[in-house]
Amino acid sequence: MKQVGQGVRKKDAMALLCGKPVYTQDLAPAECLCVKLLRSPHANAMIRQIDASAARRMPGVACVLTHEDAPRSRFTLAGQTYPEPSPYDRLILDRHVRHVGDPVAIVAAESARAAEAALRRIRVQYEVLPAVLDAEQALDHPVLVHPEDDWKALCDVGADNRRNLCAQEVVSQGDVEAELAACDVVVERTYRTQANQQCMMETFRAYSYMDAYGRLNVVSSTQVPFHVRRILANALEMKKSAIRVIKPRIGGGFGAKQTAVCEMYPALVTVRTGRPALLVFTREESMTASSPRHPMTIRVRLGATRAGDIRAMDMYPLSNTGAYGEHGPTTVGLSGHKSLPLYSRANAFRFAYDVVYTNTMSSGAYRGYGATQGLFAMESAINELAHTLGMDPAALRARNMVREGEQMPAYYGETAQSCALDRCLARVQEMIGWADKYPRRVLENGHIRAVGLALAMQGSGISGVDTAAASIRVGDDGTYNLMIGATDMGTGCDTILAQMAADCLDCDVADIAVSGVDTDQSPYDTGSYASSTTYVTGMAVVKACGLLREKIVAAGAQLLGCAAEDAEFDGTCVRCGGETVSLRDVANRSLAAGAQELFASASHGSPVSPPPFMAGAAEVDIDPETGEVRVVDYCAAVDCGTVVNPNLARVQTEGGIAQGIGMALYEDVRMTDRGRMMSNSFMQYKIPTRLDVPSIRVEFEQSYEPTGPFGAKSIGEIVINTPAPAIADAVYNAVGVRVTDLPITPEKVLRGMGRL
Amino acid sequence: MRIELTLNGQRVCADMPADATLYELLRAQGMKSVKCGCETTNCGLCTVHLNGRPVLSCSQLAARCAGAEVVTLEGLQDEAQLLAQCLADEGAEQCGFCSPGLVMNVLAMAHELRSPTPEQVDRYLAGNLCRCTGYMSQRRAIAKYLKMREEGAR
Ligand code: FES
Ligand code: FES
Repeated sequence: MKQVGQGVRKKDAMALLCGKPVYTQDLAPAECLCVKLLRSPHANAMIRQIDASAARRMPGVACVLTHEDAPRSRFTLAGQTYPEPSPYDRLILDRHVRHVGDPVAIVAAESARAAEAALRRIRVQYEVLPAVLDAEQALDHPVLVHPEDDWKALCDVGADNRRNLCAQEVVSQGDVEAELAACDVVVERTYRTQANQQCMMETFRAYSYMDAYGRLNVVSSTQVPFHVRRILANALEMKKSAIRVIKPRIGGGFGAKQTAVCEMYPALVTVRTGRPALLVFTREESMTASSPRHPMTIRVRLGATRAGDIRAMDMYPLSNTGAYGEHGPTTVGLSGHKSLPLYSRANAFRFAYDVVYTNTMSSGAYRGYGATQGLFAMESAINELAHTLGMDPAALRARNMVREGEQMPAYYGETAQSCALDRCLARVQEMIGWADKYPRRVLENGHIRAVGLALAMQGSGISGVDTAAASIRVGDDGTYNLMIGATDMGTGCDTILAQMAADCLDCDVADIAVSGVDTDQSPYDTGSYASSTTYVTGMAVVKACGLLREKIVAAGAQLLGCAAEDAEFDGTCVRCGGETVSLRDVANRSLAAGAQELFASASHGSPVSPPPFMAGAAEVDIDPETGEVRVVDYCAAVDCGTVVNPNLARVQTEGGIAQGIGMALYEDVRMTDRGRMMSNSFMQYKIPTRLDVPSIRVEFEQSYEPTGPFGAKSIGEIVINTPAPAIADAVYNAVGVRVTDLPITPEKVLRGMGRL
Repeated sequence: MRIELTLNGQRVCADMPADATLYELLRAQGMKSVKCGCETTNCGLCTVHLNGRPVLSCSQLAARCAGAEVVTLEGLQDEAQLLAQCLADEGAEQCGFCSPGLVMNVLAMAHELRSPTPEQVDRYLAGNLCRCTGYMSQRRAIAKYLKMREEGAR
C-alpha cells in the first residue's frame, strides 16, 4: 500500500500521549543549575551601576552575570540563513536596556528558590531615558532605540539605526497612480493588526552542559538547531565547531522558536561555570520578553471598474519590530508578496513599507509571518470593495483571483503551476451554505447570524535561500535510518518524511526509523519555518532515497553477478533474470569485508516557492445587546497540493484556524503607556478554549505541484490567515460595523453600532 | 518539610519547601508526565488525580496533600492505552505537551459521567487548553473512545 496519502499515526504519538519524558525539561540532568533573569522595569534606560556582590554571596548561588561579564559582539537572535536580513543589534546583556523585560542580569543557583532570592539582592541604578513606544511616531524620532555605533546590518534592507529604521523598500509594477485615477471605484482604507503571542504550551527553554570533549552542548526546544548553533557562536564569541545543539521533542513553536530567545543565557552560565544549567521561561516571561507577531498598520488602495475588474492595488504597511530587529525586514515583505498576488490580473501594483524600532519587546516570527497581517488588510479591502460595488464578495473574487497557469507579478513573477483556488472558493461556499446564508438572518432570540469569507496564500519554503539535506542508510536487518535536520515541533514532519521515504523504497513506514535533530549528526537543514519542511526537506528525502535505491540495486546486481541495468528492487528483494537476493542479505554483505555501506545523501533547495491556497468562511452569531461575536461554524477548503497525511494536514488546518479565531476576536498584546506588559498571563491574554471553537470543518481541494515531492506544497502557515478577514466581514454583514483594527471586541462592535 | 503520600500506589516521603506545590513535588519525584503551561491555573496541563478527583497540581499546596492518594499518568499507563490510541489515530496530539493533562482529565470524566453529551464533554474539559489542534480532533477521538469504552463494558 502506498503510504503517501494515508493518515498514518505519528511515529512518536504513543510516547507523547502516554506522558513519556521526551521534552527538554524532562531530559535535563537533575544537577542542572537553575537559571533566572533579572529584567528591566523601564522601557528605555542606561544601567549606571549594577552591584551583584550581595547576590553572589547568597547561599546556593553559583554565578551572577551582568553586562560587565558578557561578550561584546552584536548579533541577531533571528533563526535565518546567513547572512541574516535581521540586523546585528543585540548583546546577551547590554548596558542599554530597550524595553520593559530586557534582561539585566543572569543568576544561576542550585535551586529556583535560591536563584529568585539572589535576583532580589541585585542593586541596579538606572538612568531612565524617554522611550518611543508608538510605531507611528518612531521614524526619525529624537529618541533612538539603537544609537550605538556597532549596530550593523549585514544585508541591504534599507535599515538605518539613526532613523529608528529597521527596513524600508518600494516595489511596483505599472503606473499605480494613473491606473487608480482611471478607475470607477477606489477603496482606500487603513487596517491595524495587533501583536499576538504564539502561546505554544511549552514555553521557551534550554539546558546546556560541557561534554567529555570539552564542547558546549545545548539541548533546546527550537525550530532552528543549526541557526541556534551559529547564533550561540556569535553571541558567545566561540567557534561553531565548539558547540553542539540538540533538539528533542518540542511542545509547539508556531514560529516563536525560530528566534533563539532563551538559549544564550544557560549557555553563558555553562561556559563560565563549567556546570550544566537549565532555563525554563515562566509563562509571564514568555508573554513579556519573547517574539510575538509584528503589529502592523496597513494602508490599502484598490481600484476597480464598475463591473468589478480590479485594475490597481497599492499597499503600505508600517511594521513595528520592537526593540530588536528579529525578522523585521522579512515578515513585512510577506504582507504584500503573499496577498497582492491573489489578484494578479490587476494592471499595476505598488508595495512600499517601513519597519521601525520602538521600545517594546522585540517582535518575531509567528505562523503566517506577515502574510497574516497583509491578508487581513487585503481581504478586508476586497470585501469592502465588493460592498461598495454592490457585488457578492465571492463573485468579486471569482472574477479577479489568480488561476492555475497564470503569472503572479507581485510574487516575484512566479507562475501558479498548481492552483485549485477556484475550486476552494466554490467548495467553501457550498460547505457553509453561502447561497442561503449570505449576508445575514435574524434569529428568534434577536441574535444575528451572518457569514463572511476570505482567501489566502502562503509560500512553500524560501525560494533561493532554504536548503535541506537528508541522509538515509540501510541497516543490517534491511530497515532504514532516515536522518534529517528539519525539526518536528509536533507538526509530524518526522512521520510524513518517513511516509515519503517508504514510498520511494517500497516499504512500510515502520521500516524507516527517524530521530530528533543533532547538529553533530544530522544533515544540514535551515530548520522548520517558512512552510519549508514538506516541500523542501521532502524533496531532499525523495532525492536521497532515489540515490539509495540505485546503490541497493547495484549491490544486489553485483551479488547476483549481473549488470545493474538488468536488475530491479521491489522493496524486499533485488531481482535479475530469475535470481533474487533479499535486501537483508544485500545489507549484511554491505557491512562486511570493506564493502560500500549502503548510504545516500542529497540536498535540495528550490528556485520557486509554490503557494498553497485556501478559502475560509465564517458563520458568526452576534448578540446585538452585548456586541459579543461567536464563531458558530468555520469552513475551509485548502489546496496544499498532494495531501501527504490527511489526518495531520487536517489537524494543522483546524489548529491554525483556531489560532486565527483567537487573533480575530480576543488575543491582544497590550501595554501601559509606559511600556509595561498588561497581557502577561493566560488570564489577561485569552486564547480560545474548546468552548470558543464549536465547529471547524476542513476539506482539501488537491492540486499537483510539479516541483514538490509527490506533488505536495505546504500547509503549516496558510491556515491561520483567513479567520480575521472572514470574521470581520461576517460582523459587517451582521450589523454593518466594519472593525479595521483587531481584535474585534464587543466594545468595538457596540461602539460601531452607536450603542456605546 | 517532609510530606508522606501515596503516589501511584507507592508510599513516598518527599522533602519539600513548605510553600512547594504538588506540581513541584511530583516533578521532583520524577513524574515527568506532569507539565506546567502557566502559573495562573488556566491551562490544565498539570492535571493529576488527587484522592480520585482531577485537580490542577500547580494550585495544590504539597503540604496539604500529606496522606493523600495521588495518581499521575505514569500510574495509569494501562488504563490510558485505549484513549491514547484513539487520540493517535486522529493525530489529535500535535506537539503532545497538553496531552498528559488532557488524558488525565478524560479518564476522570469517563469515571464520573455516564454517556456524556458532546456539550458535557466540552464543558468538563474546558480547562484543558491546547494551542495546536483547535480541539476538533480531540473531540472526534474522545467520542470514539467513550463509545468503545461503553461497548467494552457491555
Ligand atoms: S500549570 Fe497551568 S493550570 Fe496548572
Ligand atoms: S497538542 Fe500541542 S498544545 Fe495540545
